[in-house]
Amino acid sequence: MCRMPENQKIASAARILWAWIFFLVLMGANPSDASYDYINISNPFLKKIPVAVPAFKNLSDASAGADTTLNVSGMMIEFIEFTGYFTIIDRAAFIDKPDDAGIDRTRINFGNWTAIGAELLITGGIHMQDNHLEMEFRLFDTFKADLLFGKRYTGRVGDEREMVRRFCGEVIYRLTGRQGLFDSQIAFVSTTTGNKEIYRCDFDGYNPARVTHTNALTLSPAWSPDGSNLAFVSYEKGKPDIYIQPLRGKRESVSSRDGINITPAWLPKTTYLAATLSFEGDEEIYLLTQSGEIVKRLTKSWGIDVSPTFSPDGKRMAFVSRRSGTPQIHIQDTAGGNTFRVTYDGRYNTQPAWSPAGDRIAYSGMKDGQLNIYVINADGRGNVQLTRNAGNNESPCWSPDGNMIAFASTRTGKSRIFVMTASGTDQRQLLELSGEQTTPSWSPRLSGN
Amino acid sequence: MKMKSAWLIMLVAIVAGLVLTTTSCSKKQPSQFPAVDSQGLEPASSSEIDEMDAVAQQRIREQELERIRQQEAAQKQETVRQQFVSQNIHFGFDDASLTTEARGVLMEKAAWLRANPGVIVTIEGHCDDRGTAEYNIALGQRRAQSIKTFLVNAGIDASRLRTVSFGEERPLDPGKTEEAYARNRRGQFEIEN
Repeated sequence: MCRMPENQKIASAARILWAWIFFLVLMGANPSDASYDYINISNPFLKKIPVAVPAFKNLSDASAGADTTLNVSGMMIEFIEFTGYFTIIDRAAFIDKPDDAGIDRTRINFGNWTAIGAELLITGGIHMQDNHLEMEFRLFDTFKADLLFGKRYTGRVGDEREMVRRFCGEVIYRLTGRQGLFDSQIAFVSTTTGNKEIYRCDFDGYNPARVTHTNALTLSPAWSPDGSNLAFVSYEKGKPDIYIQPLRGKRESVSSRDGINITPAWLPKTTYLAATLSFEGDEEIYLLTQSGEIVKRLTKSWGIDVSPTFSPDGKRMAFVSRRSGTPQIHIQDTAGGNTFRVTYDGRYNTQPAWSPAGDRIAYSGMKDGQLNIYVINADGRGNVQLTRNAGNNESPCWSPDGNMIAFASTRTGKSRIFVMTASGTDQRQLLELSGEQTTPSWSPRLSGN
Repeated sequence: MKMKSAWLIMLVAIVAGLVLTTTSCSKKQPSQFPAVDSQGLEPASSSEIDEMDAVAQQRIREQELERIRQQEAAQKQETVRQQFVSQNIHFGFDDASLTTEARGVLMEKAAWLRANPGVIVTIEGHCDDRGTAEYNIALGQRRAQSIKTFLVNAGIDASRLRTVSFGEERPLDPGKTEEAYARNRRGQFEIEN
């Protein structure tokens, strides 16, 4: 798989010409096919869709592109599989010989694909000449013998990962109606340097890079709604204070008031942050401007109030409060009022994360000393446990399309970042750096990607 | 001229004698020389020198004893100071309230702080690593705050007491046993000056 440095990646993204060539008209497919709901992501008993991805065709005259075609189809399979919604059919089962198989509708024998159980088929053709790269991909519904959509990308050699990433993003959008997963990054804390610092990587764990260089205990990364800033907590001045690190630019101090300044969370669609401060002698949640001025105190209850997270419209806030004697998830109107307790199961429920669709809240709950990830409806009903019997599992966060959840797990010993589908299936490790990795934070859909 | 040279010879003799004496008792404590006056003095006899030496020895012994007394006092003070720093305040799980035992220890700490009015301390709040990192920072802050409130009520000026929470980030014991957890749930004192 190709790994591009950050700057190169951005440059290549800009370079690629988005020749939005739709084969729909040419192939006579009906545009309304795009509205098919192939994957019901709220169904916890998911049936995986079998997909066939035959090796992509080398459309160049020379055999120079042979390696690339193999690499690119492999890359495509990794991306598609990452979502957890597909089973990739083993190529050994294919009826068509690779050289005979066509890549457009007129030359595909759909019966040969339905016969081996494929419901979807992705074909690809790659044309390389010198430094010039052209790739075309098509997604077919094999039972309907229909093209769902096709795209051609032109760019330079080295843009392969970027082109595949975009096509896969489109595939998921067509099949689920949601987008953003493949245009996202994950920030997390790692002790790689022997000290907790913030890092980030691509949605699939690629291109990990260090973000902060505070040389002090650094915690709680939180992406701004536009994806341009990371708020975090650092002990640089000997106690927990809140800072903002723009992805391009100089770090700024937000709040270093007496006591603790922790758990920053951005109010959706704004540049305001909520955070827990204790300068008034009690741990309460406040709404702050990006430069740290207090807009409003949001909670008014003696005892710990911490870890705010907002509904996508910003109107409601979930948070952890000890007001009932144990840490539990509560919800209130952001402006205040209508407070109610959401979690009643267990004596230690923390780290709420409101889903992008707005209907559910993921959180970590502790029972018998073990932390696990749960999801509960925002009205307090339908509590579902997603992890079990696999070490401690904590710090859930949602992918921007709401299809996946990243979390930290100690199931293999040291704490690592894991991902799973929103219904808890397909749990696997995202990446491994030296030291331990904790507290993932999934970015919104990043523009310019 | 002649007189002067005679005195000079005598002076050399005295110095030589003293040097010999000193050398002979160098295994004891090095003595302070009686000042040698070159005007109208006869050289002291060796017995007189011995006597003076004995006085000096006595004085040195006394000084030494005093020094030891002071050292012991300082050591004792240091021990009390060390105890102040090393004796932690322990808490129950997910609890920031002070136990009876914790109050007893804090009364001793308050006495020491009263006896050492110039001292400024930082109270660190810590948690065991069960539970979650963010909540534990808040819990550690409440533990530090509980201790501070107790000490202020015991008459210690609030301006001498700083608080900081490290949550579960700085365990004393990396173990996963109840004993290790109990050790890690603590209020810890650092002297700042």
